[in-house]
Amino acid sequence: MSGISEYIDSEVKGNDVVVFMKGTPGFPQCGFSGQVVQILDYVGVDYKGVNVLTSNELRQGIKDYSNWPTIPQLYVKGEFVGGCDIIREMFQSGELQSLFDEKGVAVKAA
Amino acid sequence: MSIQSSIENKLKRAFSPERLAVINESHLHAGHHHVESGHHVEFDGKGETHFRVRLVSPAFSGMSRVERHRAVNTALADELKAGLHALAIEPSAPGEKTRW
Repeated sequence: MSGISEYIDSEVKGNDVVVFMKGTPGFPQCGFSGQVVQILDYVGVDYKGVNVLTSNELRQGIKDYSNWPTIPQLYVKGEFVGGCDIIREMFQSGELQSLFDEKGVAVKAA
Repeated sequence: MSIQSSIENKLKRAFSPERLAVINESHLHAGHHHVESGHHVEFDGKGETHFRVRLVSPAFSGMSRVERHRAVNTALADELKAGLHALAIEPSAPGEKTRW
């Protein structure tokens, strides 16, 4: 494994909920990343945002790591969940909240 | 051939969809700024940079959400590699509720 995929792997496995995004949770720099941040904030989980705009290597590396061509990308307990469309659909149907329950990720009451 | 026609043709070939809509949403992103490959880019909204694809196909029956998206991404791998900036995907199997 190259350095960048080891870094990505450690972020994926070292955080219960991690989103690879453009910008940061406090200042998303892409509408799709912003939507995922809003949903995670609304649901009330703790998560880590990894800003892929900090390096080209990381931006390409996460696409290769996940075999997924677009950003954002959400991982829960080491498992790839999806990008913006999937997260929004799962949120609207209640599946996202169920996923956090099943995986034992604490959700703060709204 | 426009990127739009190329996307339509590839999706038809790959999924034989019962319904298909390929929507160029680039104009909605006019004026947006992005950093791409270290360069600062501003979209003028006139190009073919942002697309939304909606399709209903029996090919999606029994596939998870991630599998459906992967299948569409694979069918459009050339376009994504060529610099298509954003691709929103709404895949459904026949009988599933759609909102379009």
